Amino acid sequence: MNAVSQASPSAGQGARIVTIDVLRYRPEQESTPSWQSYAVPCCEEWTVLDALNHIKDHLDGSLSYRWSCHMAVCGSCGMMVNGNPTLSCKAFMRDLPDRISIAPLANLGVIRDLVVQQNRLLDGLLAVKSWLIPRELPPRDDQYRQTPAQLAKYRPLTMCINCMLCYAACPQVALNEGYVGPAALALAQRYNLDSRDGGALERMQTTASDDGVWECTFIGECSEVCPKHVDPAGAIQQMKLASSLQWLAQRAPGGSSS
Amino acid sequence: MNAKVHYPTLPGNWWLKRPSYLRYMLRELTCIAIGAFAILLVFALLRLGQGAEAWQAFRAALATPLAIAWQLVALVFALYHSVTWFALAPRTMLLQIGTRRVPAGWIAGAHYLSWVVLSAIVLVLSGA
Amino acid sequence: MHTVHADVIIVGAGGAGLRAAIAVAQSDPALRVALVSKVYPMRSHTVAAEGGAAGVIKSPDTLDAHFNDTVSGGDWLCDQDAVEHFVEQAPKSLRQLEHWGCPWNRDDAGGVQVRSFGGMKHQRTWFAADKSGFHILHTLFQTSQQFPSIQRFDEVFALDLLCADGAVGGITALHMQSGEPIVFLARAVIIATGGAGRVFPFTTNGAIKTGDGMAMAYRAGVPLKDIEFVQYHPTGLPGTGILITEGARGEGGLLVNKDGYRYLQDYNLGPPEPHPRPKAMELGPRDRLSQAFWHEQRKGRTIKSAFGDVVHLDIRHLGEKVIDERLPMVRELARAYVGVDPVHAPIPIRPVVHYSMGGIDTNINAATQIDGLYAAGECACVSINGANRLGSNSLTEILVFGEQAGLHAAQHARTHPATAETQWQPAIAASFAAVHALLERPKSSETLVGLRSELHELMEGAAGIYREQATLREASDKVAVLRQRYRTLAIDDHSMVFNTQLFQALELGAMLDVGEAMVHAALARRESRGAHQRLDFPERDDQHFLHHSLVHYGGEQPPSLSTKPVTITRSPPAARVYGGATT
Repeated sequence: MNAVSQASPSAGQGARIVTIDVLRYRPEQESTPSWQSYAVPCCEEWTVLDALNHIKDHLDGSLSYRWSCHMAVCGSCGMMVNGNPTLSCKAFMRDLPDRISIAPLANLGVIRDLVVQQNRLLDGLLAVKSWLIPRELPPRDDQYRQTPAQLAKYRPLTMCINCMLCYAACPQVALNEGYVGPAALALAQRYNLDSRDGGALERMQTTASDDGVWECTFIGECSEVCPKHVDPAGAIQQMKLASSLQWLAQRAPGGSSS
Repeated sequence: MNAKVHYPTLPGNWWLKRPSYLRYMLRELTCIAIGAFAILLVFALLRLGQGAEAWQAFRAALATPLAIAWQLVALVFALYHSVTWFALAPRTMLLQIGTRRVPAGWIAGAHYLSWVVLSAIVLVLSGA
Repeated sequence: MHTVHADVIIVGAGGAGLRAAIAVAQSDPALRVALVSKVYPMRSHTVAAEGGAAGVIKSPDTLDAHFNDTVSGGDWLCDQDAVEHFVEQAPKSLRQLEHWGCPWNRDDAGGVQVRSFGGMKHQRTWFAADKSGFHILHTLFQTSQQFPSIQRFDEVFALDLLCADGAVGGITALHMQSGEPIVFLARAVIIATGGAGRVFPFTTNGAIKTGDGMAMAYRAGVPLKDIEFVQYHPTGLPGTGILITEGARGEGGLLVNKDGYRYLQDYNLGPPEPHPRPKAMELGPRDRLSQAFWHEQRKGRTIKSAFGDVVHLDIRHLGEKVIDERLPMVRELARAYVGVDPVHAPIPIRPVVHYSMGGIDTNINAATQIDGLYAAGECACVSINGANRLGSNSLTEILVFGEQAGLHAAQHARTHPATAETQWQPAIAASFAAVHALLERPKSSETLVGLRSELHELMEGAAGIYREQATLREASDKVAVLRQRYRTLAIDDHSMVFNTQLFQALELGAMLDVGEAMVHAALARRESRGAHQRLDFPERDDQHFLHHSLVHYGGEQPPSLSTKPVTITRSPPAARVYGGATT
């Protein structure tokens, strides 16, 4: 009665066989990750996620990975595709060759197969106080005023979907365990720049610390891989400038912390 | 409660794994050329203070083939330093006109323009 | 096994769950909140909602107008006392979110902007570009971090409610990373697990929308109310089912068939004007628009695509500037997933399952009939959406009733003593034994993928946009068999560490229970109302069917049915009119 239309891997209908090498990890049966290959008949419009779902549904039910929205907004499906931090739901098979590798996001603890720990980001978000610390009490029964220009200032930074691709791209995340990381810092700046917020100084306790912006050496790869063009690297450099000026202001004659 | 998590280690040659990482390392290495130039300036001032003979000897030392080779290499690194700096500068400042960010090209362009103008002034002053 | 003692347990950390958690924390910081979710909060499907959240703030809009639009949009199946409360609280809830930092779109004076939306007489939909749900969810999550009394249990899969003597005592759950069983004990439990779109094969919903919490309450004895009402969103992308927001039509998008004709005018939604007029044409209610597609398809006027039949959503006339400012995600999605730039070409779309109007039976206080058990958000049915939900009412609903659930659960927890774990031992043992049995079962003839496909085929065939007796009857028999076969399901992955095949199998159990309830309720409702359309009973029948349907879990047997009156306060059922007729 109602037409069902779905992408299905019917053999021969323009399906291209792609060899997908996946870096598995099953802690109950191995002590280190190992590669496993699958031959996957891929439809032209498939994403990498569709290929993974095909593997799980038809070839190997034990392959574990996270996904949900399939539209690059929930941030669940980050993984390394051919060595690049990627959202599997937005990487299209038509752009990829006949043999690809899929591995868990770099620099993060691997729980199982393509499932990695998320605590670096979550701990970081908490540490930088990524919530609105109001500059003044809100007007009763009304919203704060915020002009389009004021909104535009911080809006790009609000787009972070917490996918952690930036953590996988940043060598400092791997080199310093305490580094709060690009996304956490970008979200700190998101609030710093929000006209309703007055918490920049309070956040500096973490953002201006050794685990904050000063751990960043502006490699810039985080911004390159960000699927939402948040530019965490830019946000971090802006905070370095702000933190330096704040440091000077406090030491100037009659210096006060504003 | 915690199953055995696998913690990956970053290999020592991580900076060779991506072209962008390599470019980053080269950018950082430019500090050697910049630092060397700063030291050279100090020496130049020192020799200048020691009289005409010392100054001439200093200039002769700079003119040897090896010295010239080094200066060319340092120039390339210094240029790379400046170019990367100008490219990154717009990201460090949040300048907005209305609801639009000032295009990065304008800010980088302003840097280049200043560079040209300042270089011109120096060349004129030094009688070139 | 690990035991967590709390005062309020919240299952589900999307918009409603987070809002409830904050409400508890703010009302009494001494109350321990256990926020349990099978995914990290920012993965919850609230994140995918795009269009906006309705709340009256701009004259000449009035609370009465919002009330009337909602009640008529719901084809008079809404409980009007709840709708009154809802429309009154709506602006306050949205304002609260703004106070917490939500980046709502602004007008030049700095006030919050509102836009038109389907079925709404006035502009009242607050929006944050076309990522309103994303911004609401992230604002709520980030705000919730401030409260130390909220302890999150991320990636913990809730299994069963612990109930006895008409009262709730906690839940059983699995720690997904280790497979370890966990018991949560508390006097108040809030279920905020979202809808069940994944019961259907073709949906805007993410993988996680499998009706887990609905099934939990259902199995514990709470009926599912109006579960037959499933909303098809008129504009989903073919193939993936990805949502293209109603906001595109709110900004002026047009729907045309293969002849470039704005076909909605043939279905009592006209006359067409160049820019969609509120409650007319493209800004009609979702059920009517989806039904129009179905008819166009039958007439052969839809466009053939690689993914079946589609129509076109045209926003070219809005211009690149407007599209980039107000519909940037629409542009990105169309380019990425169907290779179309809406600035230059129309977007192929078709109706897809989007929202569950029905759900856990709750009252205006978000309370179920089980003492201490509450539900809010899409998993619940208060009912403010009735037979058809208006776009942008649900993002507000999660805030209003999330808060209600939190406040009432907090009050309940304060006034009721905790229970001892010992009294729950048998139920706890049974719950984990069932999971263990599924995990350890050796190979069987049933497969996870096989059963799921059969359920999907059944639901799409029998409980789609249009339904009728014979197919529904056949489906009710088939789904009973599927449920039976599910009991012998074995999976390939027997591990304990993040076994996603196990989680999918557990989700399938919930999907089967909810799917069966939908089929039975659809069969019993022999009328057409809102999103439930019967080819064999094409008219609305207020005399016999102006009531809520209730489906009661029957265990291994099919469910039983009963009804409940609809609360009508000031809007007696009338003809549901859109388009040219005066409203």
